[in-house]
Formats: sequence, structure tokens, C-alpha cells
Amino acid sequence: MAVCIAVIAKENYPLYIRSSPTENELKFHYMVHTSLDVVDEKISAMGKALVDQRELYLGLLYPTEDYKVYGYVTNSKVKFVMVVDSSNTALRDNEIRSMFRKLHNSYTDVMCNPFYNPGDRIQSSRAFDNMVTSMMIQVC
Amino acid sequence: MADEALFLLLHNEMVSGVYKSAEQGEVENGRCITKLENMGFRVGQGLIERFTKDTARFKDELDIMKFICKDFWTTVFKKQIDNLRTNHQGIYVLQDNKFRLLTQMSAGKQYLEHASKANFR
Repeated sequence: MAVCIAVIAKENYPLYIRSSPTENELKFHYMVHTSLDVVDEKISAMGKALVDQRELYLGLLYPTEDYKVYGYVTNSKVKFVMVVDSSNTALRDNEIRSMFRKLHNSYTDVMCNPFYNPGDRIQSSRAFDNMVTSMMIQVC
Repeated sequence: MADEALFLLLHNEMVSGVYKSAEQGEVENGRCITKLENMGFRVGQGLIERFTKDTARFKDELDIMKFICKDFWTTVFKKQIDNLRTNHQGIYVLQDNKFRLLTQMSAGKQYLEHASKANFR
């Protein structure tokens, strides 16, 4: 269960960003923004054999004391960033991967929608919203 | 197969439809071509998003070109690009000797005058 999910365009501006506990939204926005540097480092792969896996899933970007940030990049250079609660240790790598898979599938559906202009914010897609809600922590 | 003929007809109608809906005197300037190109670009974006969903990450430009010439072209047009040339400075020329959307038109003399309108990107 994620605490914050963000979709970042190729030019590094957010297409969609949503956090679950809505009080601290700015903190999550800031975390996503700083994680973009790490994402860029991983995609540039300057001679580092470790990152040479040619995978879309980037793994853990950086951990803070409360949260962990995971990244995923598509082949069109659209990045997905997910912030999860550190106390939620039950989340394994496979689950994060499958969550990114679902995100990618929903994003592809949004792209194929002829009424959506690439580069706009993802605002009117209910299916995408529902999918993201299902992945976030339910805070009542 | 039946679906191919349907798509060819739709494609040809699109070209003539865009030209008909243009105002008088606009047939020669580039606006119709731009409209068609933008349509093609948008469709291409959606297709690419679907196809690259499962492929490995591209390491460099050459990877991207290889993907376009082989996987993408095979999936859309059922054949590969015949010739890829580059000047190693960012320009790539893709050559398809038997472009599927045009073979029906280029075979006969009927459509020669309209062939110049069909602009494919």
C-alpha cells in the first residue's frame, strides 16, 4: 500500500500526483521531486555495470527514516515514483513490481484514449483514479 | 484478409476527407499535411506506449531505431524496414520498398494524381 504515487513526464513535470494522508502533501511532493535526481542517475547508466539490467523497474531509489521511495521508468521516459511507509515491512519487491505493472498498464490505457493529449495532466480518467486508489493506503 | 482492405479504405478516405474539409485555396499549402501528420503522430504515440510496455529498456538511440525498424514495423505492417541509413549525427533514413498502405494505390494508374497527397509519417 503506497502512501504517495506520482507519474512524471519526460520533461520532469508531474502528470499525476496523489498522496494518501492529505495533510502532508507538500512533503511528499518534495520527496518525489528529489527522487527524480536519483532516477536520472539510474537511467543514465554511465558505465555502471550494476544498472545495466535493461529493466524498466528501477528498484529502491532511496530510503528515509519513515519512507522508502521506489522508481520505474517506461521506454518513453515517463517515470513512476512510489512512496511507501517504512513500517509496512510486509511489502516485498515482487509486490512493488506488480504495483508498477498495474500503473504502467493503466497509463498505457490513458495514452491510447484519443481525448487525452499527451503532456496534459491526467485528470479525467476515472479508471486510472480507481486503480491508484486501490493501491494507496486506505485512510478513513 | 478483410480487415486490411477496410483499413486501407479508411486511410484513403481520411486523406481525401481532410482535403475536402479544408477551405478553398488551401489545398496546396501544408495545413492538410500537418493535420494528417499530427493524427499519425498521436496514433503512433499510443501504439508505441503499448508495444514498449513489455520490452527491455533502450540503452541508446541505436536500440530505439532497431526497435522501430524490426519490432514496431513488423507488428504494424507485418514486415521489417528494408534499409536503415544514418549519418551518425542524428539523422536516420528508413526505407520501406513495399509500404503496405500504398501498394494498392501505386500498382495502377488510377490514383496517380492523388498519390502526392498521401503523406505518410
